[in-house]
Amino acid sequence: MAAPRHATDWEALSLRLVFGVLAAIAIVFLVGPTVIMLLTSFTASQSLKFPPDGLSLRWYVALLDADQMQAAAWNSLVVALWTTLLSVLLGTAAALGIARSRSSLARACDVLFMSPLLLPALAFGFAALIFIHKLGFAPSIPVLVLGHTVVCVPFVLRTTVAALSQLDPALLDASQSLGAGGWMTFRRVTLPLIAPGLGAGAFLAFMASFDNVPVSLFLADERSEMLPIHLWQQIETNLDVRTAAVSGLIVIFTLILMLLAERLAGLTRQMR
Amino acid sequence: MRVPRIVARRAAMTSSPTPLLLPLAALFVAFFVAPLIVLVALSLNADTAAATWTAANYVKFFTDRFNYSILWDTLFLGVKATLVCLVFGYPIAWICARASVRWQSVLVFLVILPILTSVVVRTFAWIVILGRQGVLNQVALSLGLAQEPLRLLYTEPGVIMVLAQVQMPLMVLPILTVLTKIDPNLADASRVLGAGEWRTLWRVTVPLSLPGVIAGCILTYSACVTAFVTQTLIGGARLIYMPLHIYQQAIGANNWPFAAAISVIFMVAVLAVVAVLSVIGRKSESYGGA
Repeated sequence: MAAPRHATDWEALSLRLVFGVLAAIAIVFLVGPTVIMLLTSFTASQSLKFPPDGLSLRWYVALLDADQMQAAAWNSLVVALWTTLLSVLLGTAAALGIARSRSSLARACDVLFMSPLLLPALAFGFAALIFIHKLGFAPSIPVLVLGHTVVCVPFVLRTTVAALSQLDPALLDASQSLGAGGWMTFRRVTLPLIAPGLGAGAFLAFMASFDNVPVSLFLADERSEMLPIHLWQQIETNLDVRTAAVSGLIVIFTLILMLLAERLAGLTRQMR
Repeated sequence: MRVPRIVARRAAMTSSPTPLLLPLAALFVAFFVAPLIVLVALSLNADTAAATWTAANYVKFFTDRFNYSILWDTLFLGVKATLVCLVFGYPIAWICARASVRWQSVLVFLVILPILTSVVVRTFAWIVILGRQGVLNQVALSLGLAQEPLRLLYTEPGVIMVLAQVQMPLMVLPILTVLTKIDPNLADASRVLGAGEWRTLWRVTVPLSLPGVIAGCILTYSACVTAFVTQTLIGGARLIYMPLHIYQQAIGANNWPFAAAISVIFMVAVLAVVAVLSVIGRKSESYGGA
């Protein structure tokens, strides 16, 4: 008994070791860059060196005068908020339709609505530009919001459909047999139960829109520059430390939002 | 005709879900399907304005080595980055599935942190790391692993490394979902029957988690080949992949019909890879369910 047991222990150990080392490398690899960037943004010097030569907030203070950057951030925020609102409204309705139906039409819609996740977003952005050009429109903020909604709605749809599939249909029957109408059942029973899934989806849609480059590249007009595109151009042309400071701010805001989403919607449970 | 209230209400709850699908379906038809149709139509035209149908743009793409080698490089780049994600992502998901609930949340949080931080910011972080005076070169030089600074930026290995980091969460999450659903008794049974840990992994856990692996590969692959920001910032102007090629032809060269043809070719190619993977995925699902 003792010998084989000993043997399996060695094997278990080797497996744990190999997987543990690979996972540890991967976690360092995943988190490291963000940490390094965050620390670099507090540098006191002119160059993006790690470890930084002395710590200061000078580049964050410099952001107060970066008008272009601020305007771009504001544009991105406005578009992301409208996109999230539209995605939540249209996505929730569609999720209810998809979850309630087994028809082939609903299946087809599901595939169609999720396809922007798989199709090259840049090709879609270009297609949308040609389309509005043919219709005689110019790129503008409303067009941009519609484009963003197409690529962001899958996030809301995915988490909301998942939440709806966890919903016990007996609860809906109970609500109805107690005399509640369809709308009341939705508002008092369904909505509170799917709220965490919906919230997580809304959060993901917001982040995806705020961060979008491929669609904004084609659909943003000259006057309304978006933050990720502005940053991308900054990085391509001159490596300014202010770019690191903006990046630092984005990381900090993302972390705060993520912790909030985890608290309120159980983000990590919704993502699995 | 007046329908009794109860009947009407039941009908509204159960029968027709179509009205709920309509708003989003309308948006998709008007702003997703229609643009794609226009894109295909334009790719079959000689110039932006007219309606002279021609296949010249496609002929041009497939007869010019420069063009089709970009397509091949892009598709192959996706394969390489996806494999790196799989090799490192599977162990994370495996360890995560075995961790306590608390640790599981922490690990998932760490995994999704990068995907929620802006892609531009993450890629920028890598420029700080991979540059000639970056962290990686400092470490390599001080440890004597390299005599002179390594060239990592603007090389394909650099692009693959960054893509793997940027898209890894898309691999980990689907695998984790499947792993947590596998009945732990199966692995126990395998061990009781005398199979070692490695054998149990290869013969029980991995086959059962294949649907998750395939789902992860599909998401990671399609994200890697289309990752415009990472490809252009890390690859630079010399390494051209399909998204940059489309952008250059559309905006730089202002050749919309040709850019449209490249877009169509790229989309069809990506969808073909995804379709092959999903067929494999469906096969593996029936295997896992048996």
